[in-house]
Amino acid sequence: MKEASAPPMNLDSKIPAGPLADKWNNHKAKLRLVNPANRRKYHVIVVGSGLAGSAAAASFAEMGYEVSCFCYQDSPRRAHSIAAQGGINAAKNYQNDGDSVRRLFQDTIKGGDYRAREANVYRLAQVSTNIIDQCVAQGVPFAREYGGLLANRSFGGAQVSRTFYARGQTGQQLLIGAYSALSRQIGLGAVKMYTRHEMLDLVLVEGKAKGIVTRDLVTGAIESWSSDVVVVCTGGYGNVFYLSTNAQGCNVTATFRAHRRGAGFANPCYTQIHPTCIPVHGEDQSKLTLMSESLRNDGRVWVPKNKADCTKPASEIPEDARDYFLERKYPSYGNLAPRDIASRAAKEVCDEGRGVGQVVDGKRLGVYLDFSAAINRLGESEVRARYGNLFDMYQNITGENAYKQPMRIFPAVHYTMGGLWVDYNLQSNIPGLFVGGEANFSDHGANRLGASALMQGLADGYFVLPYTVTDYLAGEKSGSRPSNDAPEFKAVVKDVNDRVAKLLSINGTKSPRYYHKALGKITWEQCGMARDKAGLEGAIRDLQALRKDFWENVKVVGSGDALAPELERAGRVADFLDFGIMMCLDALTREESCGGHFRTEFQDAGEAKRDDAHYAHAAVWQWTGEGQLPARHVEPLVYEETQLSTRSYK
Amino acid sequence: MVQDNGKEQTLALKLRVWRQRRGQPGAFEEHSLAAVPTSASFLEMMDMLNEQLIKAGKDTFAFDHDCREGICGMCSMTINGMPHGPIPGVTTCQLHMRNFRDGETITVEPWRARAFPVLKDLAVDRSGFDKVIQSGGFITVRTGSAPEANNIPVPKPIADEAMDAAECIGCGACVASCKNGSAMLFVGAKINHLNILPQGQAERDRRTLSMVKTMDEAGFGNCTNYGECQAHCPKSITLDVIAKLNRDYLRARVKEFFSSTGKPSKGGD
Repeated sequence: MKEASAPPMNLDSKIPAGPLADKWNNHKAKLRLVNPANRRKYHVIVVGSGLAGSAAAASFAEMGYEVSCFCYQDSPRRAHSIAAQGGINAAKNYQNDGDSVRRLFQDTIKGGDYRAREANVYRLAQVSTNIIDQCVAQGVPFAREYGGLLANRSFGGAQVSRTFYARGQTGQQLLIGAYSALSRQIGLGAVKMYTRHEMLDLVLVEGKAKGIVTRDLVTGAIESWSSDVVVVCTGGYGNVFYLSTNAQGCNVTATFRAHRRGAGFANPCYTQIHPTCIPVHGEDQSKLTLMSESLRNDGRVWVPKNKADCTKPASEIPEDARDYFLERKYPSYGNLAPRDIASRAAKEVCDEGRGVGQVVDGKRLGVYLDFSAAINRLGESEVRARYGNLFDMYQNITGENAYKQPMRIFPAVHYTMGGLWVDYNLQSNIPGLFVGGEANFSDHGANRLGASALMQGLADGYFVLPYTVTDYLAGEKSGSRPSNDAPEFKAVVKDVNDRVAKLLSINGTKSPRYYHKALGKITWEQCGMARDKAGLEGAIRDLQALRKDFWENVKVVGSGDALAPELERAGRVADFLDFGIMMCLDALTREESCGGHFRTEFQDAGEAKRDDAHYAHAAVWQWTGEGQLPARHVEPLVYEETQLSTRSYK
Repeated sequence: MVQDNGKEQTLALKLRVWRQRRGQPGAFEEHSLAAVPTSASFLEMMDMLNEQLIKAGKDTFAFDHDCREGICGMCSMTINGMPHGPIPGVTTCQLHMRNFRDGETITVEPWRARAFPVLKDLAVDRSGFDKVIQSGGFITVRTGSAPEANNIPVPKPIADEAMDAAECIGCGACVASCKNGSAMLFVGAKINHLNILPQGQAERDRRTLSMVKTMDEAGFGNCTNYGECQAHCPKSITLDVIAKLNRDYLRARVKEFFSSTGKPSKGGD
């Protein structure tokens, strides 16, 4: 199976010259500006209202631009950034334990298994400290010590305590902070907010992004919006696996539609499997629930040493018959080994037949996360204070009391490191299309460390995009944006209308959810925690067949002129089917293992074996047409100050 | 839940579910649903019902939901007369079918409140909440203008109290459970979050007066201390936030009355 050939892509990363530590400041000093009086003449469209989108929209409006922000939820406050539990990293070194910008940079680039762009990661570490200042000023109620100053905790993949948190709902509190800044601008009339609107396509005029087409989910109206620049912050594509920790509505449509209009999609095979989720319970399950990684600070992960013990209650398995496999394999990081490594270790012991919990599809897929040692050491009330809401959530879902018996956990799809390709300015290869947050690809390489997603979303939204988008607008003549009556807009509106009509008219026999489940089964089994050549080739064929079946036999009930959840799902699943093929192709053509991408052919006794000589690059995929395989391009990753080494957490 | 013999327990249910097009009168529809696993969530049960309807070629029931882990605040069903159903402290998405009996009839309705008009079936328009926040539910701080975070010490008890209030997920169960359709618990939670923090003092009076005014304009009713909101809040926000809202409102009105301009003090009070 070979990817298609296509014309070259412009993948100039535009990394500024100079030492890493000076690049961003030097670059900012050279970026062009727009006169305050002229800013209101520019219209900025922001798609998505999570941490990156809300922060960007609020910041643009504060600067004086005319801003429109779109989200599919009924309120911007509900974007899925809200579900992040554990925390946000920042190199404040409040703990006096040796943290610094350079240390956070090094941990993040190592955590990403040396597949992220060095200059972007350094900038992320630099602005991390500003994020905490901004959020505290907004009233985000971070955990504090009795002296009134901020508290920290430690997180996977780091040997310092640099994670700021707000109980088990750091994501909600940070999002409410960004949402309140956005709301203030909406109240002032500086941002027009369009909720329950889904972006269904991107409009290009003379090769530049100049607007979008949306569907009003309440009325069904298909509308186009013209702008001087489009900023897409629409999150990741984890729901290509059907079961994931993502919200039900999370989808790849906005970024994939941009991809179809020419935007490169980078590293789609880099997906993160989070080790601490509640195991699957049955066929009708619609989502997997994450238990915060912070639980691994005090919980110990184990399975029975002997298969025969797997059916016994945990309390009947004596201490010496337990295998604390993370502590055994990775003594220096122990239960705080990074996510990809902890997930794979859990899969390994379950594959050996030592998993615990109920049997689903003939396997016991679960390991214990045990708090008894922490309860003995700290007392139940302290454990409750730290993790009470997570224990409650666990009990709601499983009916089990984790103070009395260990939790059962298993890895689940959680985050996607791949995304639209962007340069140092977060601009895609389409001029005027900027991409922030999880939707872009640049900062996490092949694996994201815990508490880094919130940091990246807010870094992009508050402290990067306002500078780089301004530089772009300075080169666009104010008032030059086309009217949305222009033929380019009408053509895209027609495309979108045709597609909606097509989905409604097939009137086959199988529901959109049927196809979504079938898609997820293929991608999870062949492109999940472990991948190999034969499996990926089979997956691509199966997905091509499933895509064909979808367009012949899907049944979409409801009408185009009202809330139509089945139509929404059908459109998203259709894009996921195309996307899934590209993801498997990316996994197939990356013949190495790195971070979350584990090819069983390329390993060193279970540890990922990178091939820096051939794969120290971002793979960037180009759309080549309906039903065609996409074309592969590369952006070489240049490391100026980092020594590539084998990642070891032993 | 798996029994000893490895078979999952299931339920057969009768469902009375609200059907309504926007701007038209609605009615209950009755459906039977078999083999619902007790380990399924309530929304997974609704997914099963919708799949059954698709097989029969009928329109599905529209309902709001997103994260399905109890934090986004999007799910909004009134189940057997109770917003988010019979279990205290959980959202609809975290309600599981093991809490229901085999053969039970379950009634499923949208939020019922004047300020939350039905969009379709079980989905309602809660934009009134956003309007209240837009009128003052923030601390004015422009991007880039924040001081060093540890320059603003916040005593731990204050931070914890603010956090208690900030847990509100804006779902609207408080409004749906109140006979008056009052949003005082929601507004009280936001006021408590921001008004007690040192960062929130500069705009404290402006914030309170503006949010209460917008709350009234958005069609929410008054509080007459039924306490239903507290009973149905999935985040267990308590009635004392309403008492504190009333206190702050009184404080702001008195200061407004005695100010020379007759207008709310313009920050920095």
